[in-house]
Amino acid sequence: MASEKRLRIKTLIMVLAMVVCAVTGDLLLKRGMSELGAVQFTGTGLGEALLHMAACGMIWLGILFLLGFMTTQMTVMSWADYSYVMPAGAFGYALQTFLAVVVLHEVVSIKRWIGVFLICIGVLLVGQTKPRTTECTAQVGEKAVVSC
Amino acid sequence: MRPFELLVFIGQVMSNGWFLLGIPLMAASFFALLILFSWHPLSFVIPISALSYVVGALGAKYLLKEEVNAARWVGVLLVCVGVALVAAG
Repeated sequence: MASEKRLRIKTLIMVLAMVVCAVTGDLLLKRGMSELGAVQFTGTGLGEALLHMAACGMIWLGILFLLGFMTTQMTVMSWADYSYVMPAGAFGYALQTFLAVVVLHEVVSIKRWIGVFLICIGVLLVGQTKPRTTECTAQVGEKAVVSC
Repeated sequence: MRPFELLVFIGQVMSNGWFLLGIPLMAASFFALLILFSWHPLSFVIPISALSYVVGALGAKYLLKEEVNAARWVGVLLVCVGVALVAAG
């Protein structure tokens, strides 16, 4: 029972870390690209955008946070069911939109909020079904290593 | 998984054509996301990116031959409607 409680707590902490990393990463990427302004869809424009991305500390910090998101997501997926982790991803869309209003002072219409709400429900439905519907085996040498 | 088996597994992954095709596509996807961030607000881009669930479901059904049940299709439909509202908002 104590170990189950410990697993529950650490899973919850990791899910929160996952959400914080994803949200912070996207916010930083948006901030970094806002410094450049609208990218021109020409060869020169795309080249300038690439140079800016390579030189912008905020974008690299955003990438770091997204790597953190991937790491925490893989870790928590190894501890908990996919259906437990999935809602965090679904409601991340709503959280991102909320933080866009609060941190970036974006204006979000009622129509857009309704759209975000439907997306959250849709993503939840997509994620609540069985994660695997096909067999899988991986061969290493002469024996199967992974069997799902 | 022993270290040798892990190395063999990594070697198999790195020599898999589909995986190698996936890496530049993921890089292009990330680059496209950054360009979108320069054009549109975060509250527009992030919800729109949920379209990946629609493409994923279609790819899963027709390329990977996975079962996609009614609940998943309803979820995909809701995502589509939601994205349309976000785009129109």
